[in-house]
Amino acid sequence: MEKLYGFGLPADISVHGHSIDRLICALHIFMIVLFTGWLIFMLYSLIRFRARPGHNAQYHTKHFKAPTYLEVFVALFEVALLVGFSFPIMQQVRNEMPAKDKSLEVRVVAEQFAWNIHYPGADRLFGRVKAELMGAENPLGLDPADPAGKDDITTINQLHIPEHQPVIVHLSSKDVIHSFFLPVMRVKQDAIPGQEIPLWFEAKKTGESEIACAQLCGLGHYRMRGFFSVHSKEDFEKWVAENTKQPEPPAPEAPAAIPAAAPAQPAV
Amino acid sequence: MSHHDHSHDHPQEHALPFWQKYIFSVDHKVIGIQYGITSLLFLFFGFALMMLMRWQLAYPGQPLPWEWLANLFNDKQMASGIMLPEFYNQLGAMHGTIMIFLGVVPLAVGAFGNYLVPLQIGAPDMAFPKLNAASYWVYFVGGIIMLLSLFIPEGGAAQSGWTSYPPLANIASSGQTWWLFGMVFLITSSLLGSINMIVTIVQLRADGLTFNRLPFLVWAQLVTSFLLLLAFPPLEAAGVLQLMDRLFGTSFFLPTGLVVSGEILKVAGGGNPILWQHLFWFLAHPEVYVLILPAMGIVTEIMAVNTRKPIYGYKAMVNSSIFLGFMSFVVWAHHMFLTGMSTKMSSFFQITTMIISIPSVIILTTLILTLWGGSIRFNTPMLFAIAFLPMFAIGGLTGLPLGLTASDIHLHDTYYVIGHFHYVVAPGTIFALFAGIYHWFPKVTGRKMSELLGKVHFWLSFIFINGVFLPMFSLGLAGVSRRLWDQTQYAHAQPTQPLNVVISISAWCLGLAQIPFILNFFGSIFFGKKTEENPWQATTLEWAAPSPPGHGNFLTPPVAYRGPYEYSVPGAKHDFSPQHLQGGN
Repeated sequence: MEKLYGFGLPADISVHGHSIDRLICALHIFMIVLFTGWLIFMLYSLIRFRARPGHNAQYHTKHFKAPTYLEVFVALFEVALLVGFSFPIMQQVRNEMPAKDKSLEVRVVAEQFAWNIHYPGADRLFGRVKAELMGAENPLGLDPADPAGKDDITTINQLHIPEHQPVIVHLSSKDVIHSFFLPVMRVKQDAIPGQEIPLWFEAKKTGESEIACAQLCGLGHYRMRGFFSVHSKEDFEKWVAENTKQPEPPAPEAPAAIPAAAPAQPAV
Repeated sequence: MSHHDHSHDHPQEHALPFWQKYIFSVDHKVIGIQYGITSLLFLFFGFALMMLMRWQLAYPGQPLPWEWLANLFNDKQMASGIMLPEFYNQLGAMHGTIMIFLGVVPLAVGAFGNYLVPLQIGAPDMAFPKLNAASYWVYFVGGIIMLLSLFIPEGGAAQSGWTSYPPLANIASSGQTWWLFGMVFLITSSLLGSINMIVTIVQLRADGLTFNRLPFLVWAQLVTSFLLLLAFPPLEAAGVLQLMDRLFGTSFFLPTGLVVSGEILKVAGGGNPILWQHLFWFLAHPEVYVLILPAMGIVTEIMAVNTRKPIYGYKAMVNSSIFLGFMSFVVWAHHMFLTGMSTKMSSFFQITTMIISIPSVIILTTLILTLWGGSIRFNTPMLFAIAFLPMFAIGGLTGLPLGLTASDIHLHDTYYVIGHFHYVVAPGTIFALFAGIYHWFPKVTGRKMSELLGKVHFWLSFIFINGVFLPMFSLGLAGVSRRLWDQTQYAHAQPTQPLNVVISISAWCLGLAQIPFILNFFGSIFFGKKTEENPWQATTLEWAAPSPPGHGNFLTPPVAYRGPYEYSVPGAKHDFSPQHLQGGN
């Protein structure tokens, strides 16, 4: 597998990430050129105009035209950054939500200090959740009485997605503010209690990487690590099949007595 | 116009008992010195907290190498010498709070503003001397509250970052309540100080000292005071709201349906945690300019004196600083790009953020152009002032990728942010403050600091401070989140862990590099070379007063006859023409 992480930007396996990387790259070239220019001018001035016998300062100094041009150039460059890069990228990643029927929808609910992942299952409907049902056994508070929740898959700290399919994440938090960060996907979004924030991304490669928490969320912030797996379409379907609860066998028991059994939870 | 025996001109000085003269003084210079000493102690203490944290960051989970050091902490802070995550979070929150609210701002505004502004405008004191003393003592109490909170037996100090975002801060231990009380005191102190400063600058300028003749430092302090006056009240209100959330069961910042550790939180709900962020950053962005403007003012003064020529583009600088002040009120939400705001809103704040970079670039460019055509003296204050320029430039430039939402997605809340704002505040502002201390030390004490120790202090600090902050950009690009007790928990953060060792060693060396400064500072008070009133051959009014100035500052009320930076005037006898001297000098 290719190396994902190093001293610079992590590898990028997302469809939109290259545009962000290109912006970061362009910015750093601009910054280095401008800084080096300034520094050379400054060092040259310091040497040329150092105090020494026979050298006097000038009261009337030369009027420089270059700084005015520089200012105009910087201003125009910033306009170009906004109009050419930042606005369109944000338009793409925030506003141009993919069609729901072509996407995989997932709820991600952060808590101290784990990521609860909730898939709607084959019916594409998320089961109802209730705060009073939340607990160690049922961290999402999934209501067993809701038929829409029967085929839902829930995991802790395991986000599995297929490649080449848009994923819409509905992000929220149970307790404090967290930040959902997928370094290899160039995705980061605060998870804010009381709000559900939609975001989307699409992976172009398979691979195993991680979810990080980017916002201080308490003493376990440093270990709020999740796993992020991009599968091929077939592998993803296999994973879904393995983790979907088998439909209740036409049981002798009354169907209402749904066991409070834990939703499928692969190893944490 | 030299003055003799100035000490005998102020009989009332001797009439005051010790505690009135040096402790509960209403003299702006004594208050300035009180602010200076207190804030320097806090700066060092805040830095010491970070040096402690740097052990855990470089060698996660390993016990401290020195037992005596580990023994200073109780078992809720360290477990057999290993720093606990909750203590790490306390140190982080207190480092930020102490450095900003108890260190840099009181030093830049309280100490330099108080001491220098009345002298630079030729006034005998601040407009409201008792208010001035009150502002120091309120600050002092706020500082004591913050310090004491570290010793709370249950839960320790505030641990939700210096930003104290709810709901985390709301459900944190009682240290957060102490933090909020401390902040209310500190904010009140700043409000008292800023009103005083504005009135002083507007009302008490010497005859002839028009606004166009004000030293740039005075302008910077004026703009800074307006920022403090207008930006702090929202944070004070927010602090009171959070206190009410914590103490009286309100839910200003708590939404309905919070479930903490599997239990539904028993609160009214209906609040919004984002409200806090808006109120907080509405202060805390202008606060950045509170940190940087006085530093720019100090650097400007020192560069004019040591290039022996007028500042290039004085008016452009004044206009830029006023424009900066205005703009700093409309950029705050760029700290909140990832809170889920709409792209319309983030576009607005990106545009204002790009606009605010223009005046900063103008000020930086004018300062660099000031070097052109000068006769540059490389004394210690000038070295620190020169170093400020590239350091502030790095800090400013690295703000660009954070100010654009698209690149901010990856860099937000990473070490890139830490590197960025520390370049602005540490090798930026703090270097400027060091420059100011070396530069005005002779005015305050009548003695010069040692050049040799000063240069040792400068070069070591310059090397190691870059060793601390430059690697952070690499960590940030790699995606290492801020405020992690142990970054090696994350696979994406493991490759950059060796840089943490580099940063930590640099930080400890930076700590050692302050020893020459401490020796120089205290040694020079008693043994420094005695100087006359104007050792640097400077032009502004503070150098017309005796060194140190007595109560009431000037022997005769000074009159300003010219602008602040009349150096190397053609035809003049000397290469400096002081503001207070009439005719060609």
